Amino acid sequence: MIKVNHSLCTLCEICVGVCPFSALMREDDKIVVLDTCRLCKICLKHCPENALSLEVTASRSEHNLADYSGVLVVAECSGDSVHPVTYELIGKGRELADKAGEKLSCVVIGHDIADICDQLLEYGVDRCYAVDYPELAQMRVEPYTNALEEVSLKIKPSIVLLAATPTGRTLAPRLATRLRTGLTADCTTLEVRNGSELVQIRPAFGGNIMAQIVTPKHRPQLATMRYKVMEPAVKERKPDARVETLQLLANQLESKAQVVKSRRKPPEESISDAEIIVAAGRGVRSEQSLAMVAELAALLGGQLGVTRPLVENGWADYTRQIGLSGRTVRPKLLITCGISGAVQFTASITGAETVVAINSDENAPIFKNAHYGLVGDLNEIVPALIDGLREV
Amino acid sequence: MHIVVCIKQVPETRDVAVDEETGVLLRDGVKSIMNPFDLYALEAALRLKEERGGSVSVISMGPPQAEAVIREAYMMGADRGYLLTDRAFAGADTLATAFTLAQGIDKIGEADLIVCGLQTTDGDTAQVGPGIAEMLRIPHESNVIAITGVTDSGLRLERDSGDSLDTVDVAFPCLITVTKAIGEPRLLSFRRKLETADYPVVYWSLGDLGENEDSLYGLKGSPTQVERIFSPPTQSDQEMWRGSGSELAQRLLSKLSDLRFVGGMRHD
Ligand SMILES: Cc1cc2nc3c(=O)[nH]c(=O)nc-3n(C[C@H](O)[C@H](O)[C@H](O)COP(=O)(O)OP(=O)(O)OC[C@H]3O[C@@H](n4cnc5c(N)ncnc54)[C@H](O)[C@@H]3O)c2cc1C
Repeated sequence: MIKVNHSLCTLCEICVGVCPFSALMREDDKIVVLDTCRLCKICLKHCPENALSLEVTASRSEHNLADYSGVLVVAECSGDSVHPVTYELIGKGRELADKAGEKLSCVVIGHDIADICDQLLEYGVDRCYAVDYPELAQMRVEPYTNALEEVSLKIKPSIVLLAATPTGRTLAPRLATRLRTGLTADCTTLEVRNGSELVQIRPAFGGNIMAQIVTPKHRPQLATMRYKVMEPAVKERKPDARVETLQLLANQLESKAQVVKSRRKPPEESISDAEIIVAAGRGVRSEQSLAMVAELAALLGGQLGVTRPLVENGWADYTRQIGLSGRTVRPKLLITCGISGAVQFTASITGAETVVAINSDENAPIFKNAHYGLVGDLNEIVPALIDGLREV
Repeated sequence: MHIVVCIKQVPETRDVAVDEETGVLLRDGVKSIMNPFDLYALEAALRLKEERGGSVSVISMGPPQAEAVIREAYMMGADRGYLLTDRAFAGADTLATAFTLAQGIDKIGEADLIVCGLQTTDGDTAQVGPGIAEMLRIPHESNVIAITGVTDSGLRLERDSGDSLDTVDVAFPCLITVTKAIGEPRLLSFRRKLETADYPVVYWSLGDLGENEDSLYGLKGSPTQVERIFSPPTQSDQEMWRGSGSELAQRLLSKLSDLRFVGGMRHD
């Protein structure tokens, strides 16, 4: 809240004039702040007496749940490309919206984004909101948050889904705080009950336990989702799907941060997208044995994945690490060789369709996550598999 | 320059389990440490202080035992420490935590820069830093991997945005969250330990903060609620195969060919 120090205020009314939201008014011998105040702080800069200040305020108490409806997906784009996690957010958003019997919208923030918006309309969204300004060409926290706030206030969604990417993880808490509502990070399961009450499940304590979290009295309910955890949306165009443009005021586009330079990281070969993965763990005792597992992966037309210890001892690149501190994978086939099945590993393979585990210890926890458990020595099984595949 | 660093005491290990019957978290006698990312945040602040002068304050919300992490920060070089401790703060989610810390930072006053670790090892959300910045209505940058310049008016830094590395200029006052790339934290100094043994730690409770309404803090001030905790699910329809290496390999090859993973790729 903006606070007026009435003993300093000379009633010059400069603030009333500069407020872009007409939120300041003179009432008799007092300046009062109205509900339309958006805390843009322009008045603070203009007050000659320093009579205005910003109070770090209180949580807006409970929201009227009936005012909110629908699912909003925040698209993640950089330049003219859409991050594929966006399609997963839309896929999940569509499912939740259908169950609740409500609408699915998405918002695209950036510059020259018309093509992206048209493209997203083909994936089952009812409405795509475009916030398109040159000032938004690069991700800057303040104007991006303003854009998200604007669309949230306009459509009052019940649920907002964002990507658990670095950008999503920096914007989501900013938006949740501005709206004074709940946010749950890195959800692995999202469902609705009683209409659009969002039930969120996420790993806690590094995956050792799962927590089920709800936001009973505040709206919208915000959640972030990691890439590759949910199914991507299918192509379908809703009959009245269309793009709507959203305007921001000049001061909503301002920022105290300037992106001086942006360098794309070289695209790394990613196991996140692999359909077949053969993964090696510490049961693979030498680099020669690792080469053997890599050969099996190549013969199957797949990629090599590893557990963290193999990255730590320098045998494999970090980009191949599967797990909570590595990548989440969703292959059609995953074969694990000499992997014990620590939760930090298994938490990131739940999307694998078929899991085959090779381990010499029949009590290894990995077998609980495997459809086919092969109790045996990988140094015998893997060479035999390679021989067999070479014959095919 | 005045820098405030937010630090948190966390359990040393994440090896916790759930009692399947009662749904209660089993966490016996685990040691507590400073959240690893916060060591890097403090290191970044201390380096800026060495370069530009000024002072470094640390602030934490937690039970009285959390004084230990403030003492640790003193041993690394922090000048002042504040502990926000009150029963009313317990059970806070990230919003209520950000609110409480923002109240504390507001009361300390005059911070040019606030530094947080990227995330904590017990929460893993990375939400509190940006939340504090929003409460204070100042800019923030997350995932900062290097500070490459500092002037009287702001910082030049490198942030990791996932697909790109960005050079960003941001004006004071601002908040940053740092990754481990920012630079190895220094070791605790024994000399500093002796020197700082009688440094006071400032304790603040609800009544000391600008906003005293207790429904804004802790569990009551938290929009999110944990309904239940449980062990990660396991695979139910599984087969265990035993036999010699070549038998197992043969059996797997024929299964993979049934599933059309070999002998003609699967297309679906
Ligand atoms: C915060 C945190 C984050 C983490 N993040 C990750 C992560 O992202 N990814 C990750 O992988 N780990 C991660 N870990 C580490 C994780 O807890 C385990 O330590 C690790 O996954 C174990 O790797 P492993 O299965 O390869 O090794 P081990 O646990 O040592 O298992 C080796 C297995 O090989 C079997 N074996 C041995 N010889 C043979 C043989 N000849 N033939 C067949 N089987 C054999 C053994 O029976 C054993 O089960 C993390 C840990 C923490 C605390």
